[in-house]
Amino acid sequence: MALIEPSSEFFHLGPGLRRDERNSGGVLQTTITVNGEARALDLDPRTTLLDALRETLRLTGTKKGCDHGQCGACTVLVNGMRINSCLSLAVMHDGDRVTTIEGVGTAEKLSPLQQAFLTEDAFQCGYCTPGQICSALGMLDEVAKGWPSQETADLGAPIRLTDDELRERMSGNLCRCSAYPQIVAAIRSVAGPAA
Amino acid sequence: MRPFTYERAASAQAAVKAAAETPGAKFIAGGTNLLDLMKLEIEQPAHLIEVGRLPLAQIEDTAGGGLRIGAMASNSHVAADARVRARYPVLTQAIVAGGSGQLRNKATTGGNLLQRTRCAYFYDTTKPCNKRQPGSGCGALEGLNRNSAIFGASHACIATHPSDMAVALAALDATVETLTPSGEARAFPLIELHRLPGETPDVETHLIPGELITAVVLPPPPEGGQVYRKVRDRASYAAGLASVAVAGGKVAFGAVAHKPWRAAEAEGALAAGASPAEAIATELAQASDNGRNGFKISLIARLGPVAIEEARSKGSRA
Repeated sequence: MALIEPSSEFFHLGPGLRRDERNSGGVLQTTITVNGEARALDLDPRTTLLDALRETLRLTGTKKGCDHGQCGACTVLVNGMRINSCLSLAVMHDGDRVTTIEGVGTAEKLSPLQQAFLTEDAFQCGYCTPGQICSALGMLDEVAKGWPSQETADLGAPIRLTDDELRERMSGNLCRCSAYPQIVAAIRSVAGPAA
Repeated sequence: MRPFTYERAASAQAAVKAAAETPGAKFIAGGTNLLDLMKLEIEQPAHLIEVGRLPLAQIEDTAGGGLRIGAMASNSHVAADARVRARYPVLTQAIVAGGSGQLRNKATTGGNLLQRTRCAYFYDTTKPCNKRQPGSGCGALEGLNRNSAIFGASHACIATHPSDMAVALAALDATVETLTPSGEARAFPLIELHRLPGETPDVETHLIPGELITAVVLPPPPEGGQVYRKVRDRASYAAGLASVAVAGGKVAFGAVAHKPWRAAEAEGALAAGASPAEAIATELAQASDNGRNGFKISLIARLGPVAIEEARSKGSRA
């Protein structure tokens, strides 16, 4: 499939700026294991993890929505934990393991959660979907570890993943097409009924 | 984002030394608030010192029956810690009431305390703000101040501190441990960490420039129940309009002042036998209405007694 290559000059630095003019910090060497493969990166320290993934490594499955941690479109898993990749510098992740949507499954071999999003029609435009799926994977792991949320009435009891729990735990991921009921259904179909 | 130089500190001692020697340096741990503000060029550090991977993330019992929480422990790990859930449930409740799952996984204990206000005039670089640009004035004072402070504000600033976690820590009588720029360890009550705005709202804490928070220490849990209640514009992932933390006889309010607001008047009234509603009213006697934030006074007047009653009910069942 032909892709239009975005200009890294434009996407990194804004119009009229060259790397050597703005970066007094020099280039920092960072090695991040992305989807199982160690990637050595020479980065302007200002580069967010999100921009390193999209613009340097060309893994454009991870989306830039608000770029301020409010929408969750940039959610990836770092050492198994979900974070907003827009609110982290790539250099902060030297030695970390990052999983993006490209590492969750492929078009030929979808992960169960990706298949569930298709089956349940859990998106319209699809822009928030990679973040929703990475977030849901991290969220289900947090539930398995027994981590509480504000919907957890009894902090001493195992987590029962009710729909209220599920919605609360996914509140960091917005969907402007408002596919929320289908997103809940897709995650539910993989997580199983509330125990 | 303005350019900056970057280093990874090998130790807490090395971090404070680097901060002392480098003009314009800031520590970065989780970075969730700092990077947001750097993108907006509200924060413009010349140098970042990475401290997030320092071995300060442990949560451990203290000899005195309390708990020491390392400054780099993530908000998620603190909220999920079995000892915190069992003995300091108000802290778990407060942490999970703030941010999103993604943010809590990244945000640290020290960084949560040092996060900056969400006042819209602080964020809008086209508007005056004495906190962002000292001497430029306060846009919120006569402006859209619905979410501004009702306690302890000044004519220079009516911004609030946004942390939920800090409100619970204030009610729990937590202590903050730090390393000073000269490398000495010191400790002081958490309630003395943040300043009221006065004439210098840009100076938000009593930390010495370059001082690093290394831990928060909880004393043994107080007698009686604990509860955190938060009111906001939507059900999840929004800053508070007002919140109340109760831990035994201790009461603190959130989102109503430049710092977590320990309700000393209310505590005194409760100890003297006043009803929860009377006690909260005693505290609210010093609250001020700046035009659009007066609803917070009636909000606290309702929320406070409910939280106190709920804590008492939990305490009597324990």
